Amino acid sequence: MRSAHIVLDGHVVAEDLSLDFPGGRTTCLLGRSGVGKTSLLRHLAGLLPGSRAAGPVAYMAQRDLLLPWLSVLENVLLGYRLRRDGAARRAAEPRARALLTEVGLTDCLHDLPQALSGGMRQRAALARTLCEDRQIVLMDEPFGHLDAVTRLDLQDLAARLLQDRTVVLVTHDPLEALRLGHEIRILSGRPFTVGPVIAPPGGLPRDPGDAALLALQGRLIAELRGQT
Amino acid sequence: MRPLVTALGLIAAWEALVWLTGLPPYILPPPSRVAVVLIQRFDLLVEQAAWTSGEMVLGLALGLALGAALAVVFAASAAWRRWALPLVIVSQAIPVIAIAPLLVLWLGYGMASKVAMAALIIFFPVVSSLYDGLRRTDPGWLELARTMDAPPRAVLLQIRLPAALPAFASGMRIAAAVAPIGAVIGEWVGASAGLGFLMTQSLARGQTPLAFAALTILCLLGLALYTAADRLARRLVPWQPPQGD
Repeated sequence: MRSAHIVLDGHVVAEDLSLDFPGGRTTCLLGRSGVGKTSLLRHLAGLLPGSRAAGPVAYMAQRDLLLPWLSVLENVLLGYRLRRDGAARRAAEPRARALLTEVGLTDCLHDLPQALSGGMRQRAALARTLCEDRQIVLMDEPFGHLDAVTRLDLQDLAARLLQDRTVVLVTHDPLEALRLGHEIRILSGRPFTVGPVIAPPGGLPRDPGDAALLALQGRLIAELRGQT
Repeated sequence: MRPLVTALGLIAAWEALVWLTGLPPYILPPPSRVAVVLIQRFDLLVEQAAWTSGEMVLGLALGLALGAALAVVFAASAAWRRWALPLVIVSQAIPVIAIAPLLVLWLGYGMASKVAMAALIIFFPVVSSLYDGLRRTDPGWLELARTMDAPPRAVLLQIRLPAALPAFASGMRIAAAVAPIGAVIGEWVGASAGLGFLMTQSLARGQTPLAFAALTILCLLGLALYTAADRLARRLVPWQPPQGD
């Protein structure tokens, strides 16, 4: 991303911003609420007025956005359905079923989303995001409103399934960034600036009980708190 | 069960009122008299009821189809919105009842003018409820569709339209409730058959009990139509839990 200006409702969220996202890796953008993380992600997805997507992206929002009138399987295949490409849809169906098995929803293929718990719905949304099979995946606090244990489970799942894709994940949770990010960058200020690359050691998903990781979490929290 | 008791109580009070005041039956017939007429003239009433329900159902179907089609056109095309939507709203300033005589003049004394009347009266609630629903799609769904490169037509048909069905369902309930008004007004203005026609005829001849019997059947028809529309509305949105009523 080069020299981007992000303006939302007349407020400048970011000016002359240039950022590199390494291919095939996960970059976590960490920042407090209201700093402009979501705007940045929406800019990357081409969803802000005047912004254009960096290429074909798969986008996962905070809410699961499952369509209540479609079965779980049909929701996962939504992109193919909307593009009216019958052949591609048929070709994608086995993959959709496989993904739903991976996220543990084999028994709910034909259920309506309303029959699912919050965690299950978010799993289905993750499967839908991956079923789009796009190299760039943008995620906006995808596990933000889940309980702590479900969130850890889903982070493990996401780390496994998102391997080799270029992922940009925004979050306000330092632990989530540390578990899922090859690289972490802190967003701060108004308009915001992006801090230097923090690259914790170790493979993904990192162990939440690891002492070095927890020490780093303390540092990140101190850094986030130092800003207003 | 309780509403039924209330209704029976009211009917008893009505009977008592007539008995106490000694009102002549051509002013206010007692319910017992209406019941007798209902049984005696049952064949006639059924015949007229069939005619009126035909008008109601056809008018409802026509109004729903036209209203839904126009709402979709408005949602799909900015040009239509700009050129025609204000007119549809302003057209509501015309009292539909006032044009009933014109409809009879143009479409005749038969069924067509009543169907048109019922369709006209339900047209607006249907257009406005569905169009409203089509405008209020969850923006999150629309953004998701955009990142999926969905063509606008697919977004309209596969996301906005199903998402608007709950709003359409409430428009349909209102339509079913007012469709009988259209049919009956049409019959009052000029008709050769139907329950509304039977009412005006029998009132003119001093057969007030028969008018009341026709009114009773009309109430039952309206109730049946509403119940049917409500059932259909619920089947239309199976993902929405029925709201308590």
